[in-house]
Amino acid sequence: MPILVSSDKCTACEACVSGCPFGAMQVVSGTAAAGDGCTLCGACVDVCPVGAIELQVERKAAGTSAGDYRDVWVFAEQRGGRAAGVVLELLGEGRKLADQLGEKLCAVLFGDKVEQTARELLAFGADTVYLFEDPSLANYQDDLYASAMTELVRAEKPGIILLGATSIGRSLGPRVATRLGTGLTADCTGLAIDPEKKNLLQTRPAFGGNIMATIVCPNHRPQMATVRPKVMARAKRDDSRHGEIVRKALPKGVDLRTRVLEVVDELSETANIAEADVIVSGGRGMGDPKNFSLLEKLAKVLGGAVGASRAAVDAGWYPYSHQVGQTGKTVNPKIYFACGISGAVQHLVGMQSSEIIIAINENPEAPIFKVATYGIVGDVLEVVPALTEAFRRVRG
Amino acid sequence: MNIVVCIKQVPDTTEVKINPQTNTLMREGVPSIINPFDMYAIEEGLRLRERFGGRVTLLTMGPPQAKDALREALGLGADAAVLLSDRAFAGADTLATSTTLAKGVEKVGNVDLVICGKQAADGDTAQVGPGTAERLGWPHTSFVRKIHEVAGGSIKLERMTETGYEVVEMRLPAVITVVKEINEPRLPSLKGQIRAKSAEIPAWTAADLGATPEQLGLSGSPTQVVRIFTPERRSGGKILEGSLAEQLDFLVARLRETKAV
Amino acid sequence: MMEYFLTEEQKMIKDLARRVADERIAPAAAELDEKEEFPWELMKVCAESDLFGVYMPEEYGGLGGGVLEQALVVEELSRACAGVAVSYAASGLGAFPILLFGTDAQKKKYLPDIASGKKLAAFGLTEANAGSDAGGIETTAVLDGDSYVLNGTKQWITNGGEAEVYTVIAMTDKKKGSRGATAFIVEKGTPGFTFGKKEKKLGIRASATRELVFHNCRVPKENVLAREGMGFIVAMKTLDRTRPGIGAQAVGIAQGALDAAAKYARQRHQFGQPISSFQAIQHMLADMAIQVEAARAFVYAVAKSIDSGVKEFSKESAMVKVFASDVAVKVTLDAIQVFGGYGYMRDYPVEKMLRDAKITQIYEGTNQIQRNVIALELIKEYAGRK
Ligand SMILES: Cc1cc2nc3c(=O)[nH]c(=O)nc-3n(C[C@H](O)[C@H](O)[C@H](O)COP(=O)(O)OP(=O)(O)OC[C@H]3O[C@@H](n4cnc5c(N)ncnc54)[C@H](O)[C@@H]3O)c2cc1C
Ligand SMILES: Cc1cc2nc3c(=O)[nH]c(=O)nc-3n(C[C@H](O)[C@H](O)[C@H](O)COP(=O)(O)OP(=O)(O)OC[C@H]3O[C@@H](n4cnc5c(N)ncnc54)[C@H](O)[C@@H]3O)c2cc1C
Ligand SMILES: Cc1cc2nc3c(=O)[nH]c(=O)nc-3n(C[C@H](O)[C@H](O)[C@H](O)COP(=O)(O)OP(=O)(O)OC[C@H]3O[C@@H](n4cnc5c(N)ncnc54)[C@H](O)[C@@H]3O)c2cc1C
Repeated sequence: MPILVSSDKCTACEACVSGCPFGAMQVVSGTAAAGDGCTLCGACVDVCPVGAIELQVERKAAGTSAGDYRDVWVFAEQRGGRAAGVVLELLGEGRKLADQLGEKLCAVLFGDKVEQTARELLAFGADTVYLFEDPSLANYQDDLYASAMTELVRAEKPGIILLGATSIGRSLGPRVATRLGTGLTADCTGLAIDPEKKNLLQTRPAFGGNIMATIVCPNHRPQMATVRPKVMARAKRDDSRHGEIVRKALPKGVDLRTRVLEVVDELSETANIAEADVIVSGGRGMGDPKNFSLLEKLAKVLGGAVGASRAAVDAGWYPYSHQVGQTGKTVNPKIYFACGISGAVQHLVGMQSSEIIIAINENPEAPIFKVATYGIVGDVLEVVPALTEAFRRVRG
Repeated sequence: MNIVVCIKQVPDTTEVKINPQTNTLMREGVPSIINPFDMYAIEEGLRLRERFGGRVTLLTMGPPQAKDALREALGLGADAAVLLSDRAFAGADTLATSTTLAKGVEKVGNVDLVICGKQAADGDTAQVGPGTAERLGWPHTSFVRKIHEVAGGSIKLERMTETGYEVVEMRLPAVITVVKEINEPRLPSLKGQIRAKSAEIPAWTAADLGATPEQLGLSGSPTQVVRIFTPERRSGGKILEGSLAEQLDFLVARLRETKAV
Repeated sequence: MMEYFLTEEQKMIKDLARRVADERIAPAAAELDEKEEFPWELMKVCAESDLFGVYMPEEYGGLGGGVLEQALVVEELSRACAGVAVSYAASGLGAFPILLFGTDAQKKKYLPDIASGKKLAAFGLTEANAGSDAGGIETTAVLDGDSYVLNGTKQWITNGGEAEVYTVIAMTDKKKGSRGATAFIVEKGTPGFTFGKKEKKLGIRASATRELVFHNCRVPKENVLAREGMGFIVAMKTLDRTRPGIGAQAVGIAQGALDAAAKYARQRHQFGQPISSFQAIQHMLADMAIQVEAARAFVYAVAKSIDSGVKEFSKESAMVKVFASDVAVKVTLDAIQVFGGYGYMRDYPVEKMLRDAKITQIYEGTNQIQRNVIALELIKEYAGRK
């Protein structure tokens, strides 16, 4: 096994045993050793207090030579001709990476009658847009997109390709990466360039958000990553920017094995709170049912759902299906906003495992502040609209 | 229909705790379970078999103890199970995992449909399903939430998107990954569990799959994990100060830093 | 954790029943109670998991277990909802007479469907004027050609109206007193066999309790269980075997209440600390736990003893029913105390558990009657000694 443990240094402290995400480390006759479950993730190396563990990476450095590959590419996914929100975020982040590397930022756009969108990509920072225009590209189609993308990559040799971690990006990304035989890092929330080796450092949550991992793809090019939407800052629009649009022809004779028969939009306003990543909840402190529209606006900006305390539900201000707590739903979103909610224990049991809790209440002694990650003392009717505005600004 | 369901044994991440002193993962006593999304994949396989006849074969790549996961899934009613296990598979990223699973599917033979979960609870990448399809040279559809019909050598299904869904028709053989909206997984039956207890589960090695070592495990993996750390936890009880505008600036910045927004 | 030396298969049964309880029954329990709805969906889940067959011989499609296996299932289901558990258990109460006294043909005809859960069974003894005094039943069965004609009304029959197969005790010869009763298998749909309305109850409200109404109902001769005149023997031998199941139901309810109370005591803060830090609460929890474990040990011991083939177990079976049911009432009552006012509210599960627990002291022979039986046996035993 390429997990090497120095028996001289190892103190059998078992830090690695409990630190191993896969339960694969054991202490055998006084020295730590990796067992069958080991995935060579290297967590043990980091937790070892005495530096006794080494991950020996003996890879074939074959792969591709990095030198031939340059530029940062963004896959500009579109639906109905419009670039997805995440594309602007990728352009924002891609710009930084490209500038650091002294390379170009390029976008790849597939679609039907999307030249206008291509121009917008230039305005949002792309130096070059590779444009595939064809009626058959109106909707996402795995076979076509993957073949065209792979051919283009082989011809142009980009160093980095970023895709949104969307249903499209997470379908196309692995197909293309596998066909190219290169690495793909999933659902990244942080990207940086290693100053020495110029590799892309890709950081992502795993284990249901319990840990973060930084991943590199040192010996293969391009380095590919899907990036979680709504994490990176959007690029700023500048219509005076110039760039080139390079039209590309679709590869011939691609066997189309999947066909989209129908596209159905189902945007439900009553998002299910049990599954939402962001929940904006209101209580009796909202004062009036019509003030719940303030919460709906904030939820909309953040792509979240609206919840309610029992007091609000019992008053008939919001439907029971949105009640959080003992007799309502148990939720654990990434962010929970408690607006005008006092924090009764029956409410808390339903939401206290949320990753971040933000409480807005005019009473500084309200028990909700004891569990809140961040508390704002103030009037909900003033704070909530201000918050909505603040988030709307950063989300562009 | 000849169906292969790929399942992965994972630590129960809902039980994983962080040691606040050392800020490391506390995995002690955390049970291994079948990846929750794979329960939906198994259920869909069984339902397709009930509708169209055929066989459901379970496939997993993992250490010898991953047999437990296969046995548990056999208890739900699958017909057969195969373990892909070899030191050479260790350290695989999704590319090498996809290669290995595709070889396994080929060795099972005459497969019409491979069903994977949407994503694994530990690696969380959602890349293995599409990667396996590519390695097999088959089409795939990710995030499937409903199967309408299987007829005339193709399958009609619904793929979940950010804004709704798409109805897709796809030629078989193919790979799908399923989301939890697709069904409600059944519980095992006692008779199924008793049968599973004594079922033969063959273990195939790299040699059995006829795979070259450079494609497998660590050697076949372009990506490397260079660092693992735990995200910052909340301290709790911080009441913000300053003007409302200052408070909001701080909050927005913090939320963006923690990547939650 | 107590080690009860269950076999691997018994552990498997218990684990699966626990999963059914946690994943399927618990989320539905409050609503079923509120709506007094028969849990058909959950009966189907139990059937698909093979739980109905645990105590049935393999030749009838069962798993070949006995009273212990059934008790393990009932205990686990009762932790989540005793109303669902009794619907499951009453099918066994209806099936045991066939299992113990049926002919080969009767067993082949009825048991496989009951073991697979395709059909539910029920047991009809009690009548309006004959509760503890079962000898007072007034339903009659008169032989007429190839069939018996039944007339009369059974009362409070669990699974009444929902079950397909009924074992019914009726008088074939009043003059013979306790030797004048006969047990019959009656199928739902037999002309002259109808049901009263569903009773409104204090607890186990998911379960169905109805009258069985017989009006010139013809039952073929081959549906007689054992022989004419054996009716009360059939009933008594059946109940001896199923009373540990009531004990198991009681243990399950009590365990559910203990679980809820212990969890709540850690969450609820008063005087700036969790109420679990108050010794008064701690001792209450300790006493609850002691009683639950003792009752469980007793249930398992009696069930194992029966399964091992001992001949006489009426007394032990009565004892375990009394002990466990008294524990259930005591423990659920204390659980409400631990919860304080919240325990009194229907938003929390413990008030339902008390309502459910109470029935275990009443049905399958009240605890007073059981104590009579125990005492009588004791006196007999001691009379025989020097
Ligand atoms: C058996 C039982 C089960 C229960 N189950 C649940 C449950 O599932 N979910 C649940 O939520 N509750 C539940 N409760 C009710 C719970 O005990 C509380 O009564 C309820 O949560 C209170 O709701 P609230 O915080 O909205 O209202 P309140 O407690 O009245 O709090 C209102 C808060 O708003 C603040 N406020 C007022 N005006 C403003 C303003 N303009 N700006 C800012 N802040 C303002 C006040 O300072 C106060 O803190 C249950 C209770 C019982 C007994
Ligand atoms: C912290 C961490 C981060 C990682 N990040 C990356 C990364 O960004 N890119 C990368 O290429 N690798 C990554 N890996 C490696 C990756 O976890 C492994 O390659 C793993 O074998 C498969 O990926 P997954 O767990 O994400 O599965 P997913 O692709 O999320 O799984 C989807 C489905 O594929 C099937 N499946 C997956 N694995 C198996 C298996 N072993 N046997 C049978 N069926 C299976 C199941 O049906 C599953 O539901 C990471 C590993 C760790 C520990
Ligand atoms: C929900 C429910 C479900 C039931 N399911 C069934 C079923 O499926 N099948 C079936 O056949 N029956 C069933 N029963 C009937 C049940 O078995 C009887 O209720 C029970 O046997 C007691 O009879 P009783 O209610 O008529 O009480 P009674 O006999 O009228 O007793 C009243 C009180 O007097 C006491 N008492 C009576 N005699 C004596 C005595 N000799 N010494 C001391 N105390 C005495 C009793 O203990 C009790 O406290 C069910 C009852 C209920 C409530």
